[in-house]
Amino acid sequence: MLCQHCSQRPATVHIVKQVNNQREEYHLCETCAREQGHLGLEPAFTLPNFSLQQLLSSLLESDPFTGFGGGPAAPRAELRCSFCGLTFRQFKEGGFLGCSHCYEAFASELGPLLRRVQGSDKHVGKAPRRSGGVLRLRKELAQLRAELQEAVSREEYERAAQLRDRIRDLERRIQAGGDGNAVE
Amino acid sequence: MPWNRLVSQPQTRWTAATGPDSDVVLSSRVRLARNLEDFPFPHRMNERQARDLIRQVEAGIREVNLMGVCPPVELYRLDDTPYLDRQVLVEKHLISRELAQDARGRAVAISEDEAVSIMVNEEDHLRIQVLAPGLDLYSAWELGSKVDDALEAKLPYAFHKTRGYLTACPTNVGTGLRASVMVHLPALVMTNQAGRLFNTLGQFGLAIRGYFGEGTEPIGNIYQISNQITLGRSEEEILDHLQSVVQQVIGHERRAREHLARQMKAQLEDRVGRAYGILTGARILSSEEAMRLLSDVRLGVEMGILKGVEARTLNELMIACRPAFLQKLAGKELSPFERDLRRAALIRERLVA
Ligand SMILES: [Zn+2]
Ligand SMILES: [Zn+2]
Repeated sequence: MLCQHCSQRPATVHIVKQVNNQREEYHLCETCAREQGHLGLEPAFTLPNFSLQQLLSSLLESDPFTGFGGGPAAPRAELRCSFCGLTFRQFKEGGFLGCSHCYEAFASELGPLLRRVQGSDKHVGKAPRRSGGVLRLRKELAQLRAELQEAVSREEYERAAQLRDRIRDLERRIQAGGDGNAVE
Repeated sequence: MPWNRLVSQPQTRWTAATGPDSDVVLSSRVRLARNLEDFPFPHRMNERQARDLIRQVEAGIREVNLMGVCPPVELYRLDDTPYLDRQVLVEKHLISRELAQDARGRAVAISEDEAVSIMVNEEDHLRIQVLAPGLDLYSAWELGSKVDDALEAKLPYAFHKTRGYLTACPTNVGTGLRASVMVHLPALVMTNQAGRLFNTLGQFGLAIRGYFGEGTEPIGNIYQISNQITLGRSEEEILDHLQSVVQQVIGHERRAREHLARQMKAQLEDRVGRAYGILTGARILSSEEAMRLLSDVRLGVEMGILKGVEARTLNELMIACRPAFLQKLAGKELSPFERDLRRAALIRERLVA
Protein backbone atom coordinates (compact mmCIF):
# COMPACT_ATOMS: atom_id res chain seq x y z
CA MET A 1 0.00 0.00 0.00
CA LEU A 2 0.99 3.59 -0.47
CA CYS A 3 2.37 5.75 2.31
CA GLN A 4 -0.27 7.14 4.69
CA HIS A 5 1.34 10.54 4.71
CA CYS A 6 2.23 11.38 1.11
CA SER A 7 0.24 8.74 -0.81
CA GLN A 8 3.08 8.75 -3.34
CA ARG A 9 5.58 6.10 -2.40
CA PRO A 10 5.05 2.56 -1.08
CA ALA A 11 4.76 2.27 2.70
CA THR A 12 7.79 0.29 3.81
CA VAL A 13 8.11 1.48 7.40
CA HIS A 14 5.54 0.13 9.84
CA ILE A 15 5.31 1.57 13.31
CA VAL A 16 3.17 0.41 16.18
CA LYS A 17 2.93 2.82 19.11
CA GLN A 18 1.34 2.58 22.50
CA VAL A 19 -0.24 5.95 23.31
CA ASN A 20 -2.42 6.22 26.46
CA ASN A 21 -3.26 2.52 26.31
CA GLN A 22 -4.30 2.96 22.69
CA ARG A 23 -2.34 1.14 20.05
CA GLU A 24 -1.63 3.28 17.03
CA GLU A 25 -0.23 2.10 13.73
CA TYR A 26 1.61 4.17 11.16
CA HIS A 27 2.55 3.06 7.67
CA LEU A 28 4.96 5.40 5.96
CA CYS A 29 7.46 5.51 3.17
CA GLU A 30 11.08 5.89 4.22
CA THR A 31 11.20 9.55 3.24
CA CYS A 32 8.17 10.51 5.33
CA ALA A 33 9.29 8.31 8.20
CA ARG A 34 12.63 10.09 8.24
CA GLU A 35 11.02 13.52 8.01
CA GLN A 36 8.76 12.72 10.92
CA GLY A 37 11.65 11.43 12.94
CA HIS A 38 10.44 7.87 13.08
CA LEU A 39 13.49 6.22 11.64
CA GLY A 40 16.07 5.30 14.19
CA LEU A 41 13.65 5.57 17.10
CA GLU A 42 11.45 2.61 16.39
CA PRO A 43 12.49 -0.66 14.83
CA ALA A 44 11.78 -0.35 11.14
CA PHE A 45 10.63 -3.48 9.39
CA THR A 46 12.05 -3.55 5.93
CA LEU A 47 11.66 -6.23 3.32
CA PRO A 48 14.30 -8.85 3.83
CA ASN A 49 16.79 -9.54 1.08
CA PHE A 50 17.58 -13.16 0.53
CA SER A 51 19.37 -15.14 -2.14
CA LEU A 52 17.41 -14.62 -5.37
CA GLN A 53 16.17 -11.33 -3.97
CA GLN A 54 19.75 -10.43 -3.24
CA LEU A 55 20.88 -11.41 -6.70
CA LEU A 56 18.06 -9.37 -8.19
CA SER A 57 18.92 -6.24 -6.25
CA SER A 58 22.61 -6.57 -6.97
CA LEU A 59 21.80 -6.85 -10.68
CA LEU A 60 19.49 -3.87 -10.46
CA GLU A 61 22.12 -1.81 -8.69
CA SER A 62 24.73 -2.46 -11.32
CA ASP A 63 25.64 0.24 -13.79
CA PRO A 64 22.80 0.65 -16.30
CA PHE A 65 25.26 0.71 -19.20
CA THR A 66 27.42 -2.22 -18.26
CA GLY A 67 24.95 -4.24 -16.24
CA PHE A 68 22.31 -6.67 -17.41
CA GLY A 69 20.86 -6.19 -20.84
CA GLY A 70 24.18 -5.18 -22.36
CA GLY A 71 23.98 -3.59 -25.77
CA PRO A 72 24.51 0.05 -26.63
CA ALA A 73 23.99 2.75 -24.06
CA ALA A 74 20.28 3.38 -24.38
CA PRO A 75 18.28 5.83 -22.29
CA ARG A 76 16.88 2.97 -20.23
CA ALA A 77 15.92 5.07 -17.27
CA GLU A 78 13.39 6.80 -19.52
CA LEU A 79 11.34 3.65 -20.04
CA ARG A 80 7.93 4.15 -18.48
CA CYS A 81 4.87 1.92 -18.12
CA SER A 82 1.93 3.72 -19.69
CA PHE A 83 -0.57 1.95 -17.46
CA CYS A 84 0.81 2.60 -13.97
CA GLY A 85 3.40 5.28 -14.67
CA LEU A 86 6.31 3.40 -13.10
CA THR A 87 9.64 4.21 -14.70
CA PHE A 88 12.34 1.65 -15.23
CA ARG A 89 14.53 3.66 -12.88
CA GLN A 90 11.93 3.34 -10.13
CA PHE A 91 11.83 -0.41 -10.69
CA LYS A 92 15.60 -0.53 -10.39
CA GLU A 93 15.43 1.38 -7.12
CA GLY A 94 12.60 -0.55 -5.52
CA GLY A 95 12.91 -4.02 -7.07
CA PHE A 96 9.15 -4.23 -7.63
CA LEU A 97 7.19 -3.74 -10.82
CA GLY A 98 4.20 -1.41 -10.66
CA CYS A 99 1.60 -3.48 -12.49
CA SER A 100 1.27 -6.43 -14.83
CA HIS A 101 1.65 -4.15 -17.88
CA CYS A 102 5.16 -3.24 -16.75
CA TYR A 103 6.23 -6.67 -18.04
CA GLU A 104 5.48 -5.50 -21.60
CA ALA A 105 6.73 -1.97 -21.08
CA PHE A 106 10.10 -3.19 -19.81
CA ALA A 107 10.20 -6.40 -21.86
CA SER A 108 13.56 -5.64 -23.49
CA GLU A 109 15.20 -5.21 -20.09
CA LEU A 110 13.35 -7.90 -18.20
CA GLY A 111 14.25 -10.74 -20.56
CA PRO A 112 17.98 -10.68 -19.79
CA LEU A 113 17.27 -9.95 -16.12
CA LEU A 114 15.00 -12.99 -15.80
CA ARG A 115 17.56 -15.19 -17.52
CA ARG A 116 20.15 -14.12 -14.97
CA VAL A 117 17.92 -14.40 -11.90
CA GLN A 118 15.66 -17.33 -12.80
CA GLY A 119 17.82 -19.09 -15.36
CA SER A 120 15.02 -18.80 -17.90
CA ASP A 121 12.68 -16.24 -19.38
CA LYS A 122 9.95 -18.60 -20.54
CA HIS A 123 7.13 -19.99 -18.48
CA VAL A 124 6.32 -23.67 -18.55
CA GLY A 125 3.55 -25.00 -16.41
CA LYS A 126 0.01 -24.14 -15.53
CA ALA A 127 -1.92 -21.60 -17.56
CA PRO A 128 -5.32 -20.13 -16.79
CA ARG A 129 -8.07 -22.16 -18.39
CA ARG A 130 -9.77 -19.10 -19.80
CA SER A 131 -6.84 -17.44 -21.54
CA GLY A 132 -4.93 -20.59 -22.15
CA GLY A 133 -6.94 -22.71 -24.59
CA VAL A 134 -4.15 -22.94 -27.12
CA LEU A 135 -1.46 -22.95 -24.44
CA ARG A 136 -3.00 -25.93 -22.76
CA LEU A 137 -3.36 -27.75 -26.07
CA ARG A 138 0.28 -27.07 -26.89
CA LYS A 139 1.36 -28.54 -23.62
CA GLU A 140 -0.76 -31.61 -24.11
CA LEU A 141 0.70 -31.93 -27.59
CA ALA A 142 4.25 -31.84 -26.29
CA GLN A 143 3.40 -34.54 -23.80
CA LEU A 144 1.74 -36.75 -26.40
CA ARG A 145 4.76 -36.42 -28.68
CA ALA A 146 7.03 -37.57 -25.87
CA GLU A 147 4.73 -40.51 -25.21
CA LEU A 148 4.73 -41.36 -28.90
CA GLN A 149 8.50 -41.46 -28.98
CA GLU A 150 8.54 -43.75 -26.00
CA ALA A 151 5.91 -46.02 -27.52
CA VAL A 152 7.90 -46.28 -30.76
CA SER A 153 11.13 -47.01 -28.91
CA ARG A 154 9.35 -49.79 -27.03
CA GLU A 155 7.88 -51.07 -30.28
CA GLU A 156 4.32 -50.64 -28.98
CA TYR A 157 2.93 -49.92 -32.42
CA GLU A 158 -0.74 -50.14 -31.61
CA ARG A 159 -0.38 -47.54 -28.89
CA ALA A 160 1.78 -45.40 -31.16
CA ALA A 161 -0.96 -45.37 -33.80
CA GLN A 162 -3.51 -44.24 -31.24
CA LEU A 163 -1.18 -41.50 -30.06
CA ARG A 164 -0.62 -40.36 -33.64
CA ASP A 165 -4.36 -39.94 -34.13
CA ARG A 166 -4.67 -37.88 -30.98
CA ILE A 167 -1.71 -35.73 -32.00
CA ARG A 168 -3.27 -35.01 -35.40
CA ASP A 169 -6.53 -34.10 -33.73
CA LEU A 170 -4.76 -31.73 -31.35
CA GLU A 171 -2.80 -30.11 -34.17
CA ARG A 172 -6.06 -29.45 -36.00
CA ARG A 173 -7.54 -27.84 -32.91
CA ILE A 174 -4.50 -25.65 -32.36
CA GLN A 175 -4.71 -24.54 -36.01
CA ALA A 176 -8.33 -23.62 -35.40
CA GLY A 177 -7.28 -21.35 -32.56
CA GLY A 178 -7.97 -23.71 -29.72
CA ASP A 179 -10.95 -23.89 -27.52
CA GLY A 180 -10.83 -23.57 -23.79
CA ASN A 181 -13.52 -26.16 -23.14
CA ALA A 182 -11.96 -28.86 -25.25
CA VAL A 183 -9.41 -29.86 -22.66
CA GLU A 184 -10.04 -30.41 -19.05
CA MET B 1 -15.49 -19.47 11.50
CA PRO B 2 -15.93 -16.45 13.77
CA TRP B 3 -12.82 -14.29 13.76
CA ASN B 4 -12.45 -14.52 17.49
CA ARG B 5 -12.34 -18.29 17.46
CA LEU B 6 -9.81 -18.22 14.64
CA VAL B 7 -7.41 -16.09 16.66
CA SER B 8 -7.87 -17.76 20.03
CA GLN B 9 -7.37 -21.46 19.38
CA PRO B 10 -3.88 -22.86 18.85
CA GLN B 11 -5.08 -25.85 16.83
CA THR B 12 -4.78 -25.44 13.11
CA ARG B 13 -4.58 -27.78 10.12
CA TRP B 14 -0.83 -28.34 10.20
CA THR B 15 -0.61 -28.94 13.95
CA ALA B 16 -2.41 -32.28 13.51
CA ALA B 17 1.03 -33.98 13.36
CA THR B 18 -0.24 -36.58 10.92
CA GLY B 19 0.89 -37.11 7.36
CA PRO B 20 3.93 -38.78 5.80
CA ASP B 21 7.33 -38.51 7.48
CA SER B 22 5.92 -36.61 10.44
CA ASP B 23 8.83 -37.79 12.59
CA VAL B 24 10.91 -35.11 10.83
CA VAL B 25 8.48 -32.97 8.84
CA LEU B 26 6.05 -30.67 10.62
CA SER B 27 4.24 -29.28 7.60
CA SER B 28 4.25 -28.70 3.87
CA ARG B 29 3.14 -25.50 2.27
CA VAL B 30 2.34 -24.45 -1.27
CA ARG B 31 1.85 -20.82 -2.14
CA LEU B 32 0.66 -19.42 -5.46
CA ALA B 33 1.15 -15.75 -6.31
CA ARG B 34 -1.58 -14.32 -8.54
CA ASN B 35 -2.47 -10.82 -9.70
CA LEU B 36 -5.40 -9.22 -11.46
CA GLU B 37 -5.12 -7.31 -14.69
CA ASP B 38 -5.85 -3.60 -14.63
CA PHE B 39 -4.97 -2.96 -11.00
CA PRO B 40 -1.54 -1.71 -10.01
CA PHE B 41 0.33 -4.14 -7.74
CA PRO B 42 -0.49 -3.67 -4.03
CA HIS B 43 2.51 -1.49 -3.16
CA ARG B 44 1.27 1.05 -5.74
CA MET B 45 -2.42 0.92 -4.80
CA ASN B 46 -4.41 3.52 -2.96
CA GLU B 47 -6.94 2.39 -0.38
CA ARG B 48 -9.92 2.77 -2.72
CA GLN B 49 -8.35 0.50 -5.34
CA ALA B 50 -7.43 -1.98 -2.63
CA ARG B 51 -11.03 -2.12 -1.42
CA ASP B 52 -12.36 -2.44 -4.99
CA LEU B 53 -10.09 -5.38 -5.49
CA ILE B 54 -11.22 -7.07 -2.28
CA ARG B 55 -14.83 -6.76 -3.50
CA GLN B 56 -13.89 -8.57 -6.71
CA VAL B 57 -12.07 -11.23 -4.75
CA GLU B 58 -15.27 -11.83 -2.77
CA ALA B 59 -16.92 -13.03 -5.96
CA GLY B 60 -14.01 -15.40 -6.47
CA ILE B 61 -14.38 -16.74 -2.92
CA ARG B 62 -18.08 -17.37 -3.55
CA GLU B 63 -17.07 -19.47 -6.55
CA VAL B 64 -14.57 -21.42 -4.43
CA ASN B 65 -17.39 -22.17 -1.98
CA LEU B 66 -19.86 -22.98 -4.75
CA MET B 67 -17.48 -25.50 -6.28
CA GLY B 68 -16.84 -26.97 -2.85
CA VAL B 69 -13.14 -27.60 -3.44
CA CYS B 70 -12.46 -27.28 0.29
CA PRO B 71 -14.40 -26.64 3.52
CA PRO B 72 -16.18 -23.24 3.46
CA VAL B 73 -13.89 -20.26 3.04
CA GLU B 74 -14.60 -17.00 4.83
CA LEU B 75 -13.12 -13.62 3.97
CA TYR B 76 -11.98 -11.31 6.76
CA ARG B 77 -11.14 -7.66 6.11
CA LEU B 78 -8.12 -6.81 8.18
CA ASP B 79 -8.55 -3.02 8.38
CA ASP B 80 -10.13 -2.93 11.80
CA THR B 81 -8.65 -6.04 13.31
CA PRO B 82 -6.39 -5.60 16.36
CA TYR B 83 -2.67 -5.83 15.68
CA LEU B 84 -2.40 -8.61 18.24
CA ASP B 85 -5.00 -10.76 16.44
CA ARG B 86 -3.08 -10.49 13.19
CA GLN B 87 0.10 -11.50 14.97
CA VAL B 88 -1.68 -14.62 16.21
CA LEU B 89 -2.41 -15.56 12.59
CA VAL B 90 1.30 -15.09 11.84
CA GLU B 91 2.12 -17.38 14.76
CA LYS B 92 -0.27 -19.98 13.31
CA HIS B 93 1.49 -19.56 9.93
CA LEU B 94 -1.80 -18.60 8.29
CA ILE B 95 -0.62 -15.18 7.13
CA SER B 96 2.78 -13.58 6.54
CA ARG B 97 4.45 -11.08 8.82
CA GLU B 98 4.25 -8.65 5.94
CA LEU B 99 0.46 -8.86 5.72
CA ALA B 100 0.08 -8.45 9.48
CA GLN B 101 2.18 -5.30 9.63
CA ASP B 102 0.00 -3.09 7.46
CA ALA B 103 -3.69 -4.00 7.50
CA ARG B 104 -5.00 -1.14 5.39
CA GLY B 105 -6.94 -2.39 2.39
CA ARG B 106 -5.93 -5.95 3.07
CA ALA B 107 -7.86 -9.12 3.72
CA VAL B 108 -7.43 -12.82 4.25
CA ALA B 109 -9.77 -15.65 3.36
CA ILE B 110 -9.43 -18.82 5.42
CA SER B 111 -11.12 -22.19 5.06
CA GLU B 112 -13.00 -23.70 7.98
CA ASP B 113 -10.30 -26.35 8.48
CA GLU B 114 -7.54 -23.70 8.16
CA ALA B 115 -5.84 -25.65 5.37
CA VAL B 116 -6.39 -22.87 2.82
CA SER B 117 -5.62 -19.22 3.39
CA ILE B 118 -5.75 -16.60 0.69
CA MET B 119 -3.96 -13.36 1.45
CA VAL B 120 -5.33 -10.36 -0.41
CA ASN B 121 -3.15 -7.34 -1.25
CA GLU B 122 0.03 -8.63 0.30
CA GLU B 123 3.03 -8.30 -2.05
CA ASP B 124 0.76 -9.63 -4.80
CA HIS B 125 -3.00 -9.25 -5.13
CA LEU B 126 -3.52 -12.88 -4.18
CA ARG B 127 -1.35 -15.33 -2.34
CA ILE B 128 -3.12 -18.68 -2.27
CA GLN B 129 -1.62 -20.82 0.45
CA VAL B 130 -2.29 -24.42 1.39
CA LEU B 131 -0.82 -25.95 4.54
CA ALA B 132 -0.73 -29.67 5.20
CA PRO B 133 0.75 -31.68 8.05
CA GLY B 134 3.75 -33.88 7.23
CA LEU B 135 5.49 -34.16 3.87
CA ASP B 136 2.53 -33.76 1.58
CA LEU B 137 3.47 -31.30 -1.15
CA TYR B 138 1.48 -32.91 -3.93
CA SER B 139 -1.88 -32.90 -2.21
CA ALA B 140 -1.24 -29.32 -1.07
CA TRP B 141 -0.51 -28.37 -4.67
CA GLU B 142 -3.55 -30.22 -5.96
CA LEU B 143 -5.83 -28.39 -3.54
CA GLY B 144 -4.13 -25.04 -4.16
CA SER B 145 -4.53 -25.50 -7.89
CA LYS B 146 -8.25 -26.24 -7.52
CA VAL B 147 -8.76 -23.12 -5.42
CA ASP B 148 -6.78 -21.25 -8.09
CA ASP B 149 -9.06 -22.61 -10.84
CA ALA B 150 -12.19 -21.54 -8.96
CA LEU B 151 -10.84 -18.02 -8.35
CA GLU B 152 -9.71 -17.72 -11.95
CA ALA B 153 -13.24 -18.44 -13.16
CA LYS B 154 -14.29 -15.11 -11.64
CA LEU B 155 -11.11 -13.02 -11.66
CA PRO B 156 -9.16 -11.75 -14.68
CA TYR B 157 -5.67 -12.98 -13.84
CA ALA B 158 -2.63 -11.19 -15.18
CA PHE B 159 -1.05 -13.90 -17.31
CA HIS B 160 1.50 -13.49 -20.08
CA LYS B 161 2.03 -16.15 -22.74
CA THR B 162 5.80 -16.35 -22.27
CA ARG B 163 6.27 -14.98 -18.73
CA GLY B 164 3.41 -16.87 -17.09
CA TYR B 165 1.64 -15.52 -14.01
CA LEU B 166 2.84 -11.96 -13.54
CA THR B 167 3.97 -10.90 -10.07
CA ALA B 168 5.15 -7.74 -8.35
CA CYS B 169 8.63 -9.14 -7.91
CA PRO B 170 10.38 -10.86 -10.83
CA THR B 171 11.60 -13.57 -8.44
CA ASN B 172 8.06 -15.00 -8.32
CA VAL B 173 7.02 -14.72 -11.96
CA GLY B 174 6.10 -17.77 -14.06
CA THR B 175 4.43 -20.38 -11.93
CA GLY B 176 4.18 -18.04 -8.94
CA LEU B 177 4.79 -21.20 -6.95
CA ARG B 178 6.71 -21.24 -3.71
CA ALA B 179 6.65 -24.63 -2.06
CA SER B 180 8.19 -25.16 1.34
CA VAL B 181 8.63 -27.86 3.89
CA MET B 182 9.10 -27.27 7.60
CA VAL B 183 11.57 -29.76 9.04
CA HIS B 184 12.82 -30.50 12.55
CA LEU B 185 16.56 -31.25 12.36
CA PRO B 186 17.91 -31.50 15.92
CA ALA B 187 20.21 -34.47 15.29
CA LEU B 188 21.89 -32.80 12.30
CA VAL B 189 22.44 -29.70 14.44
CA MET B 190 23.78 -31.72 17.40
CA THR B 191 26.19 -33.62 15.17
CA ASN B 192 27.39 -30.40 13.48
CA GLN B 193 26.23 -31.49 10.05
CA ALA B 194 23.57 -28.83 9.56
CA GLY B 195 25.81 -26.05 8.25
CA ARG B 196 27.30 -28.19 5.51
CA LEU B 197 23.90 -29.49 4.50
CA PHE B 198 22.44 -25.99 4.26
CA ASN B 199 25.28 -24.91 1.98
CA THR B 200 24.53 -27.84 -0.30
CA LEU B 201 20.87 -26.86 -0.52
CA GLY B 202 21.85 -23.56 -2.10
CA GLN B 203 23.62 -25.44 -4.87
CA PHE B 204 20.37 -27.29 -5.54
CA GLY B 205 18.57 -23.99 -6.05
CA LEU B 206 16.74 -24.31 -2.74
CA ALA B 207 16.60 -21.83 0.11
CA ILE B 208 16.69 -22.59 3.80
CA ARG B 209 14.95 -20.23 6.17
CA GLY B 210 13.90 -19.82 9.77
CA TYR B 211 10.66 -20.76 11.50
CA PHE B 212 8.76 -17.71 10.27
CA GLY B 213 10.16 -17.74 6.75
CA GLU B 214 12.26 -15.24 4.90
CA GLY B 215 14.68 -13.28 7.02
CA THR B 216 13.86 -15.03 10.29
CA GLU B 217 16.01 -17.06 12.64
CA PRO B 218 15.59 -20.78 13.16
CA ILE B 219 13.66 -21.53 16.35
CA GLY B 220 13.91 -24.89 18.09
CA ASN B 221 15.91 -26.55 15.28
CA ILE B 222 13.06 -25.99 12.86
CA TYR B 223 13.85 -24.91 9.32
CA GLN B 224 11.93 -24.19 6.14
CA ILE B 225 13.28 -25.53 2.88
CA SER B 226 11.79 -23.99 -0.27
CA ASN B 227 12.30 -23.63 -4.00
CA GLN B 228 13.78 -20.41 -5.35
CA ILE B 229 13.22 -20.67 -9.09
CA THR B 230 9.66 -20.07 -10.25
CA LEU B 231 10.16 -19.61 -14.01
CA GLY B 232 11.10 -22.09 -16.71
CA ARG B 233 10.10 -25.19 -14.74
CA SER B 234 6.67 -26.67 -14.40
CA GLU B 235 4.95 -26.95 -11.04
CA GLU B 236 5.50 -30.71 -11.07
CA GLU B 237 9.21 -30.31 -11.76
CA ILE B 238 9.54 -27.78 -8.95
CA LEU B 239 7.70 -30.06 -6.51
CA ASP B 240 9.58 -33.21 -7.62
CA HIS B 241 12.89 -31.46 -7.09
CA LEU B 242 11.99 -30.13 -3.64
CA GLN B 243 10.43 -33.45 -2.61
CA SER B 244 13.48 -35.47 -3.59
CA VAL B 245 15.93 -33.14 -1.84
CA VAL B 246 13.78 -33.01 1.30
CA GLN B 247 13.64 -36.80 1.32
CA GLN B 248 17.40 -36.87 1.34
CA VAL B 249 17.48 -34.37 4.20
CA ILE B 250 15.03 -36.57 6.12
CA GLY B 251 17.32 -39.55 5.48
CA HIS B 252 20.33 -37.65 6.84
CA GLU B 253 18.43 -36.57 9.93
CA ARG B 254 17.21 -40.12 10.62
CA ARG B 255 20.72 -41.51 10.24
CA ALA B 256 22.05 -38.87 12.62
CA ARG B 257 19.35 -39.84 15.13
CA GLU B 258 20.25 -43.52 14.81
CA HIS B 259 23.87 -42.62 15.33
CA LEU B 260 23.00 -40.69 18.49
CA ALA B 261 20.80 -43.52 19.74
CA ARG B 262 23.66 -45.99 19.24
CA GLN B 263 26.64 -43.96 20.35
CA MET B 264 25.21 -41.58 22.92
CA LYS B 265 22.10 -43.26 24.23
CA ALA B 266 22.49 -42.10 27.82
CA GLN B 267 23.31 -38.50 26.90
CA LEU B 268 20.35 -38.36 24.53
CA GLU B 269 17.90 -39.74 27.09
CA ASP B 270 19.33 -37.38 29.67
CA ARG B 271 18.85 -34.41 27.39
CA VAL B 272 15.24 -35.31 26.60
CA GLY B 273 14.46 -36.05 30.23
CA ARG B 274 15.98 -32.80 31.45
CA ALA B 275 14.03 -30.80 28.89
CA TYR B 276 10.81 -32.48 29.98
CA GLY B 277 11.74 -31.87 33.61
CA ILE B 278 12.34 -28.17 33.11
CA LEU B 279 9.24 -27.68 30.99
CA THR B 280 7.05 -29.36 33.58
CA GLY B 281 8.75 -27.79 36.57
CA ALA B 282 9.77 -24.28 35.56
CA ARG B 283 7.80 -21.25 36.70
CA ILE B 284 9.48 -18.71 34.37
CA LEU B 285 10.20 -19.57 30.74
CA SER B 286 11.43 -17.27 28.01
CA SER B 287 10.21 -17.86 24.48
CA GLU B 288 13.69 -18.85 23.36
CA GLU B 289 14.21 -21.37 26.17
CA ALA B 290 10.75 -22.84 25.72
CA MET B 291 11.24 -23.43 22.01
CA ARG B 292 14.66 -24.97 22.57
CA LEU B 293 13.35 -27.36 25.23
CA LEU B 294 10.25 -28.19 23.20
CA SER B 295 12.60 -29.23 20.39
CA ASP B 296 14.39 -31.65 22.76
CA VAL B 297 11.09 -33.08 23.95
CA ARG B 298 9.92 -33.35 20.35
CA LEU B 299 13.02 -35.32 19.48
CA GLY B 300 12.29 -37.62 22.42
CA VAL B 301 8.73 -38.17 21.16
CA GLU B 302 9.83 -38.66 17.55
CA MET B 303 12.45 -41.23 18.60
CA GLY B 304 10.15 -43.04 20.99
CA ILE B 305 12.29 -42.12 24.02
CA LEU B 306 9.50 -40.17 25.68
CA LYS B 307 6.06 -41.75 25.91
CA GLY B 308 2.78 -40.12 26.79
CA VAL B 309 3.36 -36.80 25.01
CA GLU B 310 1.71 -36.27 21.66
CA ALA B 311 3.39 -34.45 18.81
CA ARG B 312 0.22 -32.46 18.18
CA THR B 313 0.38 -31.11 21.74
CA LEU B 314 3.92 -29.91 21.05
CA ASN B 315 2.81 -28.26 17.81
CA GLU B 316 -0.03 -26.46 19.54
CA LEU B 317 2.31 -25.36 22.32
CA MET B 318 4.67 -23.86 19.77
CA ILE B 319 1.80 -21.59 18.75
CA ALA B 320 0.28 -21.10 22.20
CA CYS B 321 3.49 -19.96 23.88
CA ARG B 322 4.31 -17.24 21.32
CA PRO B 323 3.96 -13.64 22.59
CA ALA B 324 0.82 -12.61 20.70
CA PHE B 325 -1.06 -15.78 21.49
CA LEU B 326 -0.26 -15.55 25.22
CA GLN B 327 -1.57 -11.99 25.28
CA LYS B 328 -4.67 -12.98 23.32
CA LEU B 329 -5.29 -15.76 25.81
CA ALA B 330 -4.83 -13.36 28.72
CA GLY B 331 -7.10 -10.81 27.07
CA LYS B 332 -4.63 -8.02 27.76
CA GLU B 333 -1.15 -6.75 27.05
CA LEU B 334 1.56 -8.50 29.05
CA SER B 335 5.06 -7.43 29.95
CA PRO B 336 7.83 -9.84 28.91
CA PHE B 337 8.08 -11.07 32.50
CA GLU B 338 4.34 -11.69 32.75
CA ARG B 339 4.55 -13.61 29.49
CA ASP B 340 7.37 -15.78 30.84
CA LEU B 341 5.21 -16.64 33.87
CA ARG B 342 2.16 -17.48 31.79
CA ARG B 343 4.21 -19.41 29.25
CA ALA B 344 5.61 -21.64 31.97
CA ALA B 345 2.16 -22.19 33.48
CA LEU B 346 0.61 -23.03 30.12
CA ILE B 347 3.30 -25.52 29.13
CA ARG B 348 3.23 -27.18 32.56
CA GLU B 349 -0.52 -27.56 32.40
CA ARG B 350 -0.55 -29.02 28.87
CA LEU B 351 2.40 -31.38 29.35
CA VAL B 352 1.36 -32.76 32.71
CA ALA B 353 -2.25 -33.33 31.63
ZN1 LIG C 1 5.40 9.15 2.23
ZN1 LIG D 1 3.00 -0.74 -14.93
